[in-house]
Amino acid sequence: MAVIQFREALNQAMCEEFDRNPDVFLMGEEVAEYDGAYKVSQGMLAKYGPMRVVDTPISECGFAGLGIGAAMVGMRPIIEFMTFSFSLVAFDQVVNNAPKMLNMSGGQINVPIVFRGISGPGQQLAATHSWSVEALYAHVPGLKVVVPTTPYDAKGLLKTAIRDDDPVIFLENEALYGNKGEVPDEEYLIPFGQADIKREGTDCTVIAWGQGCLAALAAAEELHKDHGINVEVIDPRTLRPLDLPAIIKSVKKTGYCVTVETGYPTCGIGAELAALVHEHCFEDLDNHVIRVASLDVPIPYSKPLLHHVVPNATRVADAIKKAIYFNG
Amino acid sequence: MDPTHKPAAREPAVAKQTASGPIRMNFVTTIVEHAPKVEPSPSQLLDWYRQMSLIRQFEVKCAQSYQQQKVGGFCHLYVGQEAVAVGTIAATRPQDYIITAYRDHGHAIARGMEIAPLFAELYGKATGCSHGKGGSMHFFDKSKNFLGGHAIVGGHIPLAVGLGWAAKYRKEDRVVLCYFGDGAINQGSFHEALNLAGLHKLPCIFLVENNGYGMGTHIHRASAVTDLKLRTGDAYGIPGKEVDGMDCLAMYHMTRDAVEYCRAGNGSLFLEVKTYRYRGHSMSDPQKYRSKEEVGRFQEHDPIGRLEKLLRAKSIIDDAKVNALNEEIHQEVEKAHALADGAPFPPADDVWRDVYANPYPPYLKR
Ligand SMILES: Cc1ncc(C[n+]2csc(CCOP(=O)(O)OP(=O)(O)O)c2C)c(N)n1
Ligand SMILES: [Mg+2]
Repeated sequence: MAVIQFREALNQAMCEEFDRNPDVFLMGEEVAEYDGAYKVSQGMLAKYGPMRVVDTPISECGFAGLGIGAAMVGMRPIIEFMTFSFSLVAFDQVVNNAPKMLNMSGGQINVPIVFRGISGPGQQLAATHSWSVEALYAHVPGLKVVVPTTPYDAKGLLKTAIRDDDPVIFLENEALYGNKGEVPDEEYLIPFGQADIKREGTDCTVIAWGQGCLAALAAAEELHKDHGINVEVIDPRTLRPLDLPAIIKSVKKTGYCVTVETGYPTCGIGAELAALVHEHCFEDLDNHVIRVASLDVPIPYSKPLLHHVVPNATRVADAIKKAIYFNG
Repeated sequence: MDPTHKPAAREPAVAKQTASGPIRMNFVTTIVEHAPKVEPSPSQLLDWYRQMSLIRQFEVKCAQSYQQQKVGGFCHLYVGQEAVAVGTIAATRPQDYIITAYRDHGHAIARGMEIAPLFAELYGKATGCSHGKGGSMHFFDKSKNFLGGHAIVGGHIPLAVGLGWAAKYRKEDRVVLCYFGDGAINQGSFHEALNLAGLHKLPCIFLVENNGYGMGTHIHRASAVTDLKLRTGDAYGIPGKEVDGMDCLAMYHMTRDAVEYCRAGNGSLFLEVKTYRYRGHSMSDPQKYRSKEEVGRFQEHDPIGRLEKLLRAKSIIDDAKVNALNEEIHQEVEKAHALADGAPFPPADDVWRDVYANPYPPYLKR
């Protein structure tokens, strides 16, 4: 097993799929000559040339649509958004053309495309650049939404995404790019709809992904160390399709549930998870589900305000204590 | 004057085709008719020199503060482009609307915003011009008709059309000056906006600050037609003109003409300003896409140096005056920085402020 960075895991996944299928190409702003705004596509232009690693003008609507068009006739584009905040310029392409083509053509035309890039509040980028878009896109039938937390997940899930026959929203995070983790030397794929228990526990289930999952793990560690509380952290890895059986199983075991996200509480993923858990585990719950999310405001620039708005390990730990009626 | 803006091979054909198009107006004669050339006074020239020097020193301090992590997020400096904001805004009147992209420090200063609230905004302080909510990319001052700093590339160009619409609708004597980069021209929002402005003959001046690059991408790798003024004339009936953006005086004369043209109800104009940024795209840009020599070539045409030469030739300044002025600006910048540095951060509860025009009801806060 090699220990590699999150961004290297993504790079490896793309390169392996480039080698496997000549119809795969990567397109986006600064992906080629600049080696990627966050260096995810480092070295790929040199390796695969300018027809497969393609810089674009600042025209999100245009190149997102271009990707969808190419996918309609069987190519497998990877479209990088410098951040998913900019995908909103291409919202119609992503939520209409990509996911509805198969359905509206009566099953004739599928769209095997991956939209990938960072999502989440970032470092003081202010409101327009700080979107956590998972709830926006998970809302749409026909889209799949993937959020890897570790390098292992990133590689296995991205390979699956590229081979998937439907449009996939693949959400990365700037804060995770430099994180290191073990990745097998041999090829592997991670199927969609399979949650991963990131930490086993018996006292409370925490459902979290990406940046929020790391906060949850830190909170779990702290609660264990300070109070002997055993938190189970479950990472859905794909928000759509969602591994509901795994979530139900965990909540039935612990009797408590907390959700964590960097997106907003109103109509957020946590709201959906809470509804599902209440529906399926009502008898087993000893408290209602508690949601941790960003405060319901535009993400501010100012550092202390930003830290106040975006959830962190302390807020997750507080939510867990509240959920399990712990007063220590 | 601009060695990197070399024309693409197929451009002459496009130019010819465009020149014979039916809508294209003769820009030069039309706009000169509206504004007889008025030479700026010595005190005006000196004021512009001061403003440009202030912008540059502000940016240098900003870079220093960024390194000290007082400034967060993305921060785009205006060094090299000072003549554009100063020369153009000097030709506007206070009632004219200014709207720009995220590289907005220069425009804010040229519009007369105090620099202490600008530093405070960069530092995320309560006294910032946007109360710490916006940062470097989102300077605002409604009282000065400075309607932002906007960070989504191309996103603010339709807003400029709306400002022009409002002015025309209310029969107000205002024009709109809308700045954006060469990268923004490839956004759909630009084309939709210009068609609307052309259709309704709105008093809008669209000004592209063509510094040759959108981030690390040279314009020749991003734009099918790189003679940008050709991209609006026949297409949207908005005549375009090219100006030397390293020349404050040229910027002033051109904008003055343009303002008069728009005021007279002729519709919109498009100005392609050739300029250059000396610093990286943002503070985190290793600049592998260009050479030091290229930057050096442009620095030889430095807009501040050029105006300084003119002022010396006219005996408006000498060494002593230049030194005194720069020292005075240095003190002003240091003082503003210190004021901002010492100002308080906004209280945590401020996050609930200004989400809606009416305060958030407490029961909705979560
Ligand atoms: C919709 C959108 N896409 C991408 C970006 C990222 N981005 C910020 S500035 C920039 C380059 C813009 O270049 P240009 O318009 O020429 O302006 P300049 O930076 O040269 O002033 C890019 C790609 C963004 N802010 N918004
Ligand atoms: Mg530019």
